[in-house]
Order: sequence, then structure tokens, then C-alpha cells
Amino acid sequence: MCLGIPGKIVSIDDMVGVVDFWGVRREVALHIVDEPVVVGDYVLVHVGFAIRRIPPEEIDNTLAFFEELSAEDLEGVVPRPRTEGA
Amino acid sequence: MNAVKTRLEFRDVAVGKALRARLQHAMERAGREISVMHVCGSHEQAMARYGMRASFPRDLRVQMGPGCPVCVTDAPEIDACIALASQGVRVLTYGDMLRVPGRAMSLDDARAAGARVEVVYGANQVAQIARESKEPVLFFATGFETTAVATAALLLDNPSDNLVVLSAHKWVPAAMEVVAQTPESRIEGYLAAGHAATITGYGLFEPFVERYRIPVVIGGFEPLDILSALVLLTEQVVDGKHEVVNAFPRCVTREGNKKALAAMHAVFEMGDGDWRGIAHVPSGNLVLRKEFERWDARSRFGVELAAAPEVEERAAASECRCGGIMSGLAEPSDCQHFGKACRPDAPIGACMVSTEGACRIWFEHGIEGRR
Repeated sequence: MCLGIPGKIVSIDDMVGVVDFWGVRREVALHIVDEPVVVGDYVLVHVGFAIRRIPPEEIDNTLAFFEELSAEDLEGVVPRPRTEGA
Repeated sequence: MNAVKTRLEFRDVAVGKALRARLQHAMERAGREISVMHVCGSHEQAMARYGMRASFPRDLRVQMGPGCPVCVTDAPEIDACIALASQGVRVLTYGDMLRVPGRAMSLDDARAAGARVEVVYGANQVAQIARESKEPVLFFATGFETTAVATAALLLDNPSDNLVVLSAHKWVPAAMEVVAQTPESRIEGYLAAGHAATITGYGLFEPFVERYRIPVVIGGFEPLDILSALVLLTEQVVDGKHEVVNAFPRCVTREGNKKALAAMHAVFEMGDGDWRGIAHVPSGNLVLRKEFERWDARSRFGVELAAAPEVEERAAASECRCGGIMSGLAEPSDCQHFGKACRPDAPIGACMVSTEGACRIWFEHGIEGRR
């Protein structure tokens, strides 16, 4: 029940959006999402309500944050990502 | 579909290995055992699903605290729903609630005996079902702040008069206070739940961090989210720091979702109450305000939620360790009943009850405790 799932908005009709969750589509209420959303936005959804518009730039920021955290030099203790192969 | 998938999954193996090495490095610097706590069933599920526990440094104990709202739902609330459903009231609730034992039976047992209990996937379905029905429809509303805001939005959207809500919503920061005040607690840092913090904002934890001088890191639910949060938490513990760090910035801001918070506070007020397995939690329950009385099961059906000391006594008599597990004093495998007398089909304690409970998750993923 407490699962928060991110998905992408594919259509909006007033306060109801249809969200694509990795292939599964569901109607989602837009009453309490933190900022205005448009088709194509990513949202975090909890029990049928969108609770956060996920700004696309924040997805890139997250990747950069992981990269930075994992690449920080710790006297050679931490292997750098992408150099040892995944 | 694939675009959505690849954009939102954070599972790069090389990055994960690097983060894991950094965590190991921090633990080597510490040279001792460190216990931290997370407070979310989704964190435990993610750790189990991706086999993360097996890769944690040996001396790092990552304990699940009171992070399962289903598990801590008190027996009298279940009993009230069963009583109403048995009288013919149509009861709607989230699927996780069905197996939670009341004093005599669960909602699932009641349903098998003919009571009207139906599962909903979202609070948004509830309004529609009530609108299309002429009879009373009871929504048994459970969960932490993330689901409470959905119930709040439902009630603020002027639902039909035949809708009745029994709120068992809970406020997780109140339980963190209880754990932090437990004298024998060994917890040195908290991994806070990213989705709850999406609502509350990370600023909520700033007074907590100051009061208990203990670090809090907000973490998301992808493997790299969890690992990076654990790195930032463990490094703070090792370096003697106590700050709130937001390791889930794509969803969490300092202020949180103001619109959702305003809805929650408009509909609910904090009340004291019992949490199964933990006992009394001051200001831990979200109770409907007087203005929403016409939809409140407590006034509409005269539901009285007496305490159920015998449930706690039964658990105590069986030496169930749920209280200790949720307070960070024990792990599921420390309990003599885990996986033996206590199993998902016959849970003794709260943590085996729900798919979000620590014992249930360990049981279903075959986790046997630390090597």
C-alpha cells in the first residue's frame, strides 16, 4: 500500500491523469501534486494520487550525484565507476 | 515503456560497487559495529529484492524500525471494521489490511464468512465507488503520511454522504521519537523514507537531529538511492556529525509538498494512540478533525476503539520480538519463532503480518540474518 511508483503522464482530463507505469496504465488523481503537470511529465504516485512532479533535470542531477559520490577519491580505495566494467 | 523504465531506474552495477566500497571504507575507519535504522517497508523490500543485505559491510547493522503502518495497526481498529462488515456495511480497504489479525479474526477471515470486504488500490477509487452506491460505504484508511494525504484529498473533494472513513493513519516521525527515546537503543542514524519526506519535506527532521544529535539521511528506493544514502549516513556517524542530508533530491525538497501537507492538516489532527508491537505513541495517530465528523466512522457508527491489552499480552507471553525489532534492538532472525511458529499464514507478531513487515520480508526472501 505504501508503494510509491514513478510513471509518465500520457493524458490529462481536468483532475484525472492517465499515467504509464512501465507499461501499465492507470488513472491517477491530480488534486495534490506539488506543481502543475502536463502530458509527458514524470510523477511519483501513491495510492492513486500523484504527489510529486519529478523535474526531468532532477533525474540527470541524480545520476550526476551518484557519479560524484562514487567517484570521489578515497586514496584509491574506491574504484571509479565504468572503469572496471559493469 | 522502455523510455520510462530506463529513465527512472538507478541500478548501474559499477556505481553500486563503488558506493559499496566507499561504505566499506567508512566502516573500516570506524573499526566497530554501527547500527542505523530505516523506517519504511519499501526500503526493506528493495534491500531484499536486490539482495543488498548480503553486500553490506559486516559490522553495519541496518535495522528496520516502525516502518510498516499495516503491522502497527491496532487490533481494535481491525475488530471495528470486522464488526461493521459483518453487519452488512460495505468495507473498502487496501489489500495489505486483509490478513492483519484482530482479536478473533482478520478481515480476510470475515470475508470468507460472508462479510462485505473489498480491496481498493487507491483512495481515488473510493470516492467513485461511494458515488455509485446508495448504501453506506466504509473506507478503512491506513498508512503513513503518504497515504493520509490521499485520504485528505478525498475528503476535501466533497465526497457523497454515504462515505464513512475509519482513519488508522499514522505519523511516522512520532514513532522515530519513541525509538530515539528508548534508553537501550543502539541506533546511531536514521535512513528516512523518501516518499514520506516527499510530503513532509526534509526540514521536518532538522529539530529531531538537533534534539537527539543523531544524523538523518533521506533516501529513495532504487538500489543506488539506498546505497548512496547509507554512505552519507554511515560517514556522518563515523565522523561524529549529525545533519539532515537529502539523498533523494529528485523527489524531496526542504518544504515538501505544501499542497498535500495543507490538505492533511486541514483534515487530520494528531492524536495519541496505541501502535501494535510498540505500545503508546504520543501524537502518532492522524485523527479526523471535528469538521469532518459527518464522514467519520467514530461518530457515524459510534465506533469506540478500546485498548486490546490481551493482544500485546499474548505476544509478550509468546516472547515475540516484534517490539524489539521495531525499536532496533533485535532482528527477525533473533526471534525463536521466526519462520517456525510465526509464519505469514499464522503470524504471532506484527512484523510477520504484512508484506511490508520486517519478518515477513525476511521470511519471503529467505533472509536468515547476518552471516
